[in-house]
Amino acid sequence: MTPTRLRSSDRSTVTMPNPIPDTTDGLRITPRQREVIFQTRDLTVSYGERPAVRDVNLDIHAHEITALIGPSGCGKSTLIRTFNRMNDLIPTARVQGSVLYRGTDLYAHDVDPVEVRRRIGMVFQKPNPFPKSIRENIAFGLKVNGISDDIDDRVEAALKGAALWDEVKGDLEKSALAMSGGQQQRLCIARAIAVAPDVILMDEPCSALDPIATARIEDLMQQLKTRFTIVIVTHNMQQAARVSDRTAFLTAEVDEDGDARCGVLVEYTQTKTLFTTPADPRTEAYITGRFG
Amino acid sequence: MFLRFAAAITVLTTLAIGLTLLGETVGFFREVSPGAFFGSTEWSPTFADPSFGVWPLVNGTLLVAGIGIVFAVPLGLLVAIYLSEYARPRVRRILKPFLEILAGIPTVVLGFFALHFVTQVVLKPIFPDIKTFNALSAGLVVGLMIVPMIASLSEDAMRAVPASLREGAYGLGASKRTVALRIVLPAAISGVVSAIVLGLARAIGETMIVAIAGGNQPTMTFNPLHGIQTMTAFIVQVSLGDTQYGSIAYRTIFAVATTLFVMTFALNVVAHKIARRFREAYE
Amino acid sequence: MTVSAHELLATPDRASRERRERVFTLWMLLALTIAIIALLALLFDVLKVGIPRLNAAFVTDFPSRVPERSGAYPAILGSLWVIGVCAAFAIPVGMGAAIYLEEYAKPSRLNRFIEINIANLAGIPSVIYGLLGLAVFVRFLGFGRTVLAGGLTLGLLVLPVITIAGREAIRAVPPSIKEAALAVGATEWQAISRQVLPAALPGFMTGVILAISRALGETAPLITMGALTFVTFVPNHVLDRFTVLPIQIYNWTSRPQEAFQETAAAGIVVLLIVLLTMNALAIWLRNRYQRRW
Repeated sequence: MTPTRLRSSDRSTVTMPNPIPDTTDGLRITPRQREVIFQTRDLTVSYGERPAVRDVNLDIHAHEITALIGPSGCGKSTLIRTFNRMNDLIPTARVQGSVLYRGTDLYAHDVDPVEVRRRIGMVFQKPNPFPKSIRENIAFGLKVNGISDDIDDRVEAALKGAALWDEVKGDLEKSALAMSGGQQQRLCIARAIAVAPDVILMDEPCSALDPIATARIEDLMQQLKTRFTIVIVTHNMQQAARVSDRTAFLTAEVDEDGDARCGVLVEYTQTKTLFTTPADPRTEAYITGRFG
Repeated sequence: MFLRFAAAITVLTTLAIGLTLLGETVGFFREVSPGAFFGSTEWSPTFADPSFGVWPLVNGTLLVAGIGIVFAVPLGLLVAIYLSEYARPRVRRILKPFLEILAGIPTVVLGFFALHFVTQVVLKPIFPDIKTFNALSAGLVVGLMIVPMIASLSEDAMRAVPASLREGAYGLGASKRTVALRIVLPAAISGVVSAIVLGLARAIGETMIVAIAGGNQPTMTFNPLHGIQTMTAFIVQVSLGDTQYGSIAYRTIFAVATTLFVMTFALNVVAHKIARRFREAYE
Repeated sequence: MTVSAHELLATPDRASRERRERVFTLWMLLALTIAIIALLALLFDVLKVGIPRLNAAFVTDFPSRVPERSGAYPAILGSLWVIGVCAAFAIPVGMGAAIYLEEYAKPSRLNRFIEINIANLAGIPSVIYGLLGLAVFVRFLGFGRTVLAGGLTLGLLVLPVITIAGREAIRAVPPSIKEAALAVGATEWQAISRQVLPAALPGFMTGVILAISRALGETAPLITMGALTFVTFVPNHVLDRFTVLPIQIYNWTSRPQEAFQETAAAGIVVLLIVLLTMNALAIWLRNRYQRRW
């Protein structure tokens, strides 16, 4: 399934193709009915012998923003990186259990991580634009994904989709490194959406940004969720409460000897429910600030 | 204090090199016009009717160094990319000392290798007409000599590229090869270019490999199967003979040495300037 | 609904992408193989020719017009003498310069200039150091073409390397060591000489051994400043003329007779053994005394 290729006759309406059909049909679908994108079953990730997060069971739903929150060391970054097999880059990382993407095991033998990452994009904590021009940053992702036509149109569409177009349209050849932190992060988002992924994973995307830049990106996320599915890791509870539809709370468990910390999923439910009537006392302790 | 004097010795050394070369070269140019030195393509200073055109020596030097670079750059860069992006820690722990060993082989040993093995066993079957002393053999072994330098400096440059850039590229679904060639290498390019320029300078200044295997025939040939003479080999040749102090032959050594010095010094300065720009980008 | 991974995720260019990846990996392995085989070929060639020729007489005989009776004795001793002078000069001066630059020098234009200077010196071809030695030590200071001049020439050659090694060794010592000494009332020099230097010593020695082993293999600068290529005597003091092992090897290699080539190979084996031993010593030192601060 490749992104629909734009034909020159389509130039009047250049839209970012989203090959996975949206099932909402414009109706208001209750959260319970949304299609499941990711399913994890007894997912455990270890680095060498040491488990970082264990026995995670959760479902990520389409066109929602799912937040992963918890204190440091609870494994939320490790968890989100299983969704696009980024932990493959760490030689000692081991994954047990399963991660299903639209019913397919992401870690099956014949699955190429490169292809996984073309469907499931990622935005990182510290903006990491390439030391190239704005245009080249986005064009790189397109070329890597085998898209070589209508580059300029796609660049423009991606920048518009990331709410960055108006600020940079005057000079796309400017170096990406010359932009502010917030602009760089929006460029990274543009870069990610240009290749028409299904899902966008965001690992603390705003933690290196000032409040105004953060607010702009939070607004952007609401727009983006109509086209993509978003999973976000954040250490900022208020942010999770503001933007997400569902929230998963993880915490770090200390073992009997008190040294090894391993993350576990404590509670996962509608955001409103988690923050107003949490089921687990640990969740309640965290969100009321009694620890973490 | 002694310490300040010790540090000053390094400055004095440079000064002494400069003065020595300059002094004798000036003396040389009093007897031989710069026109004859730079204008002629015949180098026969010891003949009864001597000719002092330096170009055959420069030609020999550049031919050998050129062959060396053409051989060493792809080899060195591929090794560097492998070490930086692909190799597991266990492999690195074997490969890096191996490169250090290669770098530590005395050049007289490399010259012997070039003369015996490379010319006779490797090249003669391919080019039956190859001369015993030839530029190709010397060039290839000079290249082999600078591979560790290019590989190790380029690898340092590549490892200095932040992991976040790689992550960004992997996150878009790039393959390892794409990340290495289209993200890491371009980001490290100043460091890599600096390494190559330093390697070239080293190849130009190399003496024993060419003295043993390259020959003593100063000609303007571009044919690597023939013998040539480099600036460095000439200096050695004259030094081995019985040269009178103050004679014109004695002074030719210094004139050639100054030419050599200017070339290598310029390359070193360029390399360091490029490297500094690279360091500033990542620190 | 379970869709196979292949259908869901596969991109049309997967086959060609994997092919290109494989090709590139092959290129890298080819490069590695060439480098490894070249070194192995060199060692094999040298050992094959040299070891049969090598016998006890080789290291005790003098060179001769008859290749089978030629030995490396004066060359080996000459090397030892020259390296001795070189080390005696370069180690104190190099360490002194390193201490000055690391501990005493304020970051000024002059000191930045000294640093750049050292970097440039390291890139100057070794022949030119030979010419420097010829002009300054042999002629100007009147030492003649002797061990003293040769040792000093090599000393200047390795000085930049030893200075850099010294600086890095000193830099590796945590400042808290010096501060602790100062805190109990030591003078700056006492703190440096009694605490910092001993801590830096093992790292420094490693660099020194590597630099010295490099000097052992040097040929061109010594030829240029007038070392002999055929000696029938052993140096007895620093003002004697001399030859060194690499030059002796070069001399044998330049002779057309096959037997001399074999003798050269034997000399190379001896040289490589010495270098291997020194490098092994340096690595052992590095591992043994590498402190984890």
